[in-house]
Amino acid sequence: MRKRLTNVLSLGVKELRSVRADPVLVLLVLYTFTFAVYAVATGAKLEVEHASVAIVDEDRSELSGRIKAAILEPFFKPAQEIGASEIDRAMDLNRYTFVIEVPPKFEADLLAGRKPSVQINVDATAMAQAGNGAVYLQNIVSQEVLSYAQRAEGTSKLPINLVVRSKFNPNLASHWFTAVMQVINNITILSVILTGAALIREREHGTVEHLLVMPVTPVDIMLAKIWANGLVILVAALVSLNVVVELLLKVPVAGSLALFLAGAVIYQFSVTALGILIATFTTSMPQFGLLAMPILVVMNLLSGSTTPMESMPLWLQNVMQLSPSTHFVSFAQAILYRGADLSIVWPQLLAMTAIGAAFFGVSLMRFRNAIAAAQ
Amino acid sequence: MNEMIAPRRLAQAAGVAASLEAVSHRYGKSIALDDVSITIPAGCMAGLIGPDGVGKSTLLALIAGVRRIQTGAVRALDGDMHSAAHRQQCYARIAYMPQGLGRNLYPTLSVFENLDFIGRLFGQGQAERKARIGDLLRSTGLDPFPDRPAGKLSGGMKQKLSLCGALIHDPDLLILDEPTTGVDPLSRRQFWELIDRIRARRPQMSVVVATAYMEEAERYDWLAAMDAGRIIATGTPAELKARTNARDLEQAFVSLLPEPKRQAHRGVQIPMRIPQSGPPAIEANGLTMRFGDFVAVDHVSFRIEKGEIFGFLGSNGCGKSTTMKMLTGLLPASEGKASLLGQPIDAQNIETRRRVGYMSQSFSLYRELTVRQNLQLHARLFDLPEPEQGPRVVEMLQRFGLDQAADSNPESLPLGMRQRLQLAVAVLHKPEMLILDEPTSGVDPVARDQFWQYLVDLSRNEGVTIFLSTHFMNEAERCDRISLMHAGKVLAADTPKALTEARAAKSLEAAFIAYLEDASGVGAKSKADERIEARPEPPPRASRAMSASRFDFGRLWAYARRESVEIWRDLLRLAFALLGPIILMITFGYGISFDVEHLRYAALDQDQTVESRQLLESFEGSRYFSRRPDIVEPSQIERRLRSGDLKLAVEIPSGFGRDLLNNRIPEVGIWLDGAMPFRAETARGYVSGLALSYLADQAARRTGSSTSALPIGIETRFKYNQAFKSVFAIVPSVIMLMLVLIPAMLTAVGVVREKETGSIANFRSTPVTSLEFLVGKQIPYVVIALVSFLTLLALSLFLFGVPVKGSVVALLTGVILYVLASTGFGLVISTFTRTQVGAIFATAVIAMIPAVNFSGLLVPVSSLSGAGRFLGLAFPAAWFQQISVGTFTKSLGFAELWINHLALAVFAVVFIGAAAVVLRKQEA
Repeated sequence: MRKRLTNVLSLGVKELRSVRADPVLVLLVLYTFTFAVYAVATGAKLEVEHASVAIVDEDRSELSGRIKAAILEPFFKPAQEIGASEIDRAMDLNRYTFVIEVPPKFEADLLAGRKPSVQINVDATAMAQAGNGAVYLQNIVSQEVLSYAQRAEGTSKLPINLVVRSKFNPNLASHWFTAVMQVINNITILSVILTGAALIREREHGTVEHLLVMPVTPVDIMLAKIWANGLVILVAALVSLNVVVELLLKVPVAGSLALFLAGAVIYQFSVTALGILIATFTTSMPQFGLLAMPILVVMNLLSGSTTPMESMPLWLQNVMQLSPSTHFVSFAQAILYRGADLSIVWPQLLAMTAIGAAFFGVSLMRFRNAIAAAQ
Repeated sequence: MNEMIAPRRLAQAAGVAASLEAVSHRYGKSIALDDVSITIPAGCMAGLIGPDGVGKSTLLALIAGVRRIQTGAVRALDGDMHSAAHRQQCYARIAYMPQGLGRNLYPTLSVFENLDFIGRLFGQGQAERKARIGDLLRSTGLDPFPDRPAGKLSGGMKQKLSLCGALIHDPDLLILDEPTTGVDPLSRRQFWELIDRIRARRPQMSVVVATAYMEEAERYDWLAAMDAGRIIATGTPAELKARTNARDLEQAFVSLLPEPKRQAHRGVQIPMRIPQSGPPAIEANGLTMRFGDFVAVDHVSFRIEKGEIFGFLGSNGCGKSTTMKMLTGLLPASEGKASLLGQPIDAQNIETRRRVGYMSQSFSLYRELTVRQNLQLHARLFDLPEPEQGPRVVEMLQRFGLDQAADSNPESLPLGMRQRLQLAVAVLHKPEMLILDEPTSGVDPVARDQFWQYLVDLSRNEGVTIFLSTHFMNEAERCDRISLMHAGKVLAADTPKALTEARAAKSLEAAFIAYLEDASGVGAKSKADERIEARPEPPPRASRAMSASRFDFGRLWAYARRESVEIWRDLLRLAFALLGPIILMITFGYGISFDVEHLRYAALDQDQTVESRQLLESFEGSRYFSRRPDIVEPSQIERRLRSGDLKLAVEIPSGFGRDLLNNRIPEVGIWLDGAMPFRAETARGYVSGLALSYLADQAARRTGSSTSALPIGIETRFKYNQAFKSVFAIVPSVIMLMLVLIPAMLTAVGVVREKETGSIANFRSTPVTSLEFLVGKQIPYVVIALVSFLTLLALSLFLFGVPVKGSVVALLTGVILYVLASTGFGLVISTFTRTQVGAIFATAVIAMIPAVNFSGLLVPVSSLSGAGRFLGLAFPAAWFQQISVGTFTKSLGFAELWINHLALAVFAVVFIGAAAVVLRKQEA
C-alpha cells in the first residue's frame, strides 16, 4: 500500500513537470483563468446596456420631451428622433433595438383623461435586451407620465407600495454571476482537456506503454494524473477566485471557501476522470479535441451556469442530472452566492461523487485495452 | 548483391547534377550545414554518408528546392535554385523522396490513388497516368495490390510506393533521403534492384542518396562523407577505402571522423558463452495474435536460455514487435502460452515486471523530463532502495556516457544518445532479462558498437538474458542464436553460422534473403520483373509544357479530389463535421433560453384577507410562476431562498387588506434570489406587471369603472417574433456560429495535418502553386459546410418550426459567401500553426470572441461601440448574422442586405489571398 502511494506520488510529480514543460498549456490555463474570466465578466453582459432607442415624437409636447430626456445611459443610448415612416426600415437594418412612438395630441389627451396610448416597438431578435429593455422603457414612460399627471392634478398615487429586494446580489450586477460561473466553466474545460491531453500525449509518445511494463498499475497511473492535473487547475481556480473575481471585479463571496474547496476537489475528481474516459475512446489529439468539444459545450451551457435551469424542457433537465457540472453549478451557486452550508448542499456532493466514481470505474475497465488497441 | 548494381566508372558521368557553394544553414542556434561547397556529378549514383543529424537531409532538401537557401549558392540541373522561375521549371524534372517510411503518402488512399494523385499534379492525362502507374506497379512488384491503402503496406512496400510517386514524371534528378532506413534486407535489395533497372532504362538520370547503411554505400559510384555540417571526404568508395587503408567502408568512415569521436570507438569483442543450467528464461509455445481477420503472429514457439543473446530478424511488419509486446504483457495473446523466468505471463503480475527491462522500437521516455529526471523516476518506480537510487543513477549516467547530457531534455539529443538513455533506463533496475525492440535503428556505426559492447558485457558477465530484434546483419551475426520471422511465422532458428551453412550461402544476409524468398515466393517474381526492363521508355511526356504554368485547374482539382476521398474515409472527422453542429443546435435550441418561466415562489401571507388572497391569485394564473408550499414564518424566507428551493418570495404584512381599503398604501415585500441576475431582473419585470394588473382589477372592482391605475396605455409590440420565444432568435444565430467555427477548424486542421504527417512534401516538390493547393483543399470543406447548413436548415424548419420568412436566395447566397470566408479564415490560421492541436486552439480562441460576443448574438451590434464594434465588423460573423436573422425572422431580401453580402465576398477574397501569399512554397 505504501508502495502504491509513493508510485502515485512519483508519477504525479512527473505529471506536474510535464505540465510545466508545455508552455502552450500553461499559457492556456493562465489565459482562461485571468483574462478570459475578466473579459467575459465585464464584456458579455446580459444586462440592458447601451441599448439603442429611437423615438417618433408626433406630439412635440413638454411630456414627450420629458420622456425622451428620461432615456438615459448606461441602460440606453440617447434616443434618436426619427420619422414615423422610417420605423420599419430602421429596425430592419438593426439601427435601433427599441422605437417609441408617441402619438399626436398625446399630452392633451392625457390631461383630458382620454387615456392615450404609447407604442413601444421591440426588436424581439435581440434576445438578451428585448424583454428587460421593454420593461425598463415601460417603467420610464409610466413614471414620466405619472409624475407629470400628479403635478397637473396632485392626485393618483399607486395604492400599494411594492418593495422589491433582491437577496445575495442587491444590485443584480450580472458580472457577479458571470465571473464565478466563468471560473466554474473553466474548471470543467481545463480539467477535461489537461488530463485527457496528458494521457493522449503519453500514448502518442509511447510512454504509457513503457509505464505498463513497469511495476505500476493503471489505477496508479490514473490517480496520479487526477491529483496532479487537478491540483494545477484547483490552484489556478482559487487564485482566479481570489484575485480576479474578488479583488479585481470586487465580487463578494458569501459562503465558506473551505466548503467550496472540498466540493471543488470532488468535482475535479469527476471531470478529470471524464477526461481520461474520453481519452480512452480516441487515439489522437485531434480526435480527442473533436470529441471533447461538443461534450464540454453541452456540459457548460446546460449546467445552469449560462441560462436558468428551469427554462429548459423537463426531459433535458433530467438528462443534465447525469453531468457533474449541473450539480457543481448548483453547489457553487448555493455556497458562493447564498452562503449555504453542508446541510443544504450534501445531495450535490453525493451526486458528484457517484458520477465521478462511475467515470473512473469505466475508464479503468477500458484503460489497458484502449492502450493496446491504439497500436 | 554486388553484381546487381554494377559500379559505373565516374568517367562516364559527364557534367554536374548539382553544386553547392559556401552554403550554410541554421535552425535556430544549431548549425545544420557549415560553409559547405561540393559538386555532385551527374548521370551516376551519388551517395551522402554520415551519422544522424550531420546535415544530410538539409543538403538534399536545398538541392531539391524544397527548402529556402539561407546563405551561399545552390545550383541544380544547370540553374540557380535561388531563382523562383528556375525552381518552377525544375519541379517537373526533379523528384524528391523525403525521409521516413512513406511520409509523403496518404495512408487512407490506395496504392493506385496515391500515384494517380501525383500524376495529376504533373498534369498527366488519364490514359497517360494509367499507363505509367501500371508500368511502375509492375516493375516494383506492387501490381497485385493496387487497391490496398498505403497505411496498410509494410515499410518496404511503402518505400517502393514512394519511389513510384517520385518516378512518375521521369525525373532527370532523383533525390532519395535515407530510402531504406528501417527496411528489411529483402525489401532493401528489391529497392536497389528497381533503381538499377530504372537507371539502365534512363542512363541520363542522376541519383543522389543519403544513407546510413555502409554496405549500400559500397555500391554507389561516388560518395561524400559528412560530419557535423561539413563534408569530410569525397570520392569513389574505392578511393575512400584506399585513403584510409580500410577493409570496408564502415571502417573507412570511422577513420575519417575527427579524433575525439574516433577514440570512442573500438571493435566489439564477444567472449564465448558458457551455457548455464536451469529453466529457460523465455519459453513460448504456439503464441498467436490476431487483430480482427489479420493474423499478426501465427503459432510462434521458441526457447531462450538464461544469459543468451537471442536475435529476432524479419521483414517489416512480420510480427516481431507484436511478439515482444505479448511477452511483456502489453498485448494479451489470442492463443498459446508463454512464460518468462519460469512464470506464465500475466499482465497483472507486478513481480515479473521488476525482473524484466523493455525497450520499445520508438523513443518512449518522457521528452519533457531531463535525462537525469527520467532515470530518477524509473529508479523510484522500480522501487530501488532509497539510498541506492542516487548512486545507481550516477552510475548509469557514466556507464552510458550521458553525464554531459544529464540535464538536457532527450528531445535535444541526437538519436544515438536517446537510444543509450533508453537502454540505461531498461537496465537501471538490474533486470535478469532485457527485451529490446530494434534498439539500434537509426544509430550511427560508432554508437552502435558501444551499445553492443555493453550488451555483451551484461550477457557474459552478469548472465542477463537478451532478446532483441534488428535489421542489421552484422548485429545478427553477434547473437548466440537468431530466429528468422516472416508473415507472423518463424522460418528458422539457430546459430548464425548454422543458418548460413544450411542454405550454403556466402553470408547470413544471403541466407536470410533465400529464406524470405522461399517463404514469400518472391524469387520467381523478380525474374519476371527483369523482362520488363526491356520495355521501351513510355511516350515522351506531354505534361511538361503546361506544368510550369501559373494556375492550373487540373492541379487544383487533384487536391480537391484527394482531400474529399480522405475525408470520406475518415468517418470520425465527417461525423464531427455534420453531427457536431446538429447536436449543438439541438442543445442551444432547447437549452439556451432567455424565456424565464416556472419561477418557484412561495408566499408568506400574514394578512389572510380577501385582498391578500386576490393579490396572490394573480401570481397563480401566470405561466411565469409556479407556486410552492406557503411560508409559515418570516425566518423561513431566508432559508428557503438560500437552499435554492425558492427564486422569489412574497411577503404580505398583516393589515394589508385594511390598509388597502383605507387608502393607506400598504407595503408588499418581494424577495428575489439575485444569484442569477438575469433571472432576477426578468422576475422583477413580471412582478411589477402583475402588480399593475392587480391594481387595475382592484380599482375596477371598487369603483365599478374600468379606469386603471395608469392614465395611459402602453402597447409593447415585439416585432419579428410576436410570441417573443427565444428559439426564433437562437436558431439563426446558431447557424451563424456553426458555419464559422466548424468549417474554419476543419479547414485549418486539414492543411496543418499535411504539415504534421509530412505529405506537405508533395506540395513543396511538385509544380502545384500555393493558390491551387489552398483552394483545392478548401473546396471539400466548403461543400461539407453547405451540407451542414442544409441539415441545420431542416432542423430549424421541422424540429424548431422556425421558417425562413425572407428571401431564400439571399440566405443561400449569404451562406455560400460566408462559408467561403470562414474556410478562408481556416486557411489563414493554417499558415501559421504547426500542429493540429494548435490549429484547433487558435481557431477557437481567435474566432470565438468576435463570433460570440461581438456579432450581435448576445448584444445587438447597435449597442456596441469602440473596440467591440470594430472587432465585430472585422470578422465575417457579424455580417452574416444580419443576413441570417434578416432572412429568417425579418422577412428581408437582397434590397436590404446586399451590403452584408458584399462584405462577406471581400472577406473571402482577402482571406484566401492572404493565405496564398503567406504560405511559402519552400520550407524555411
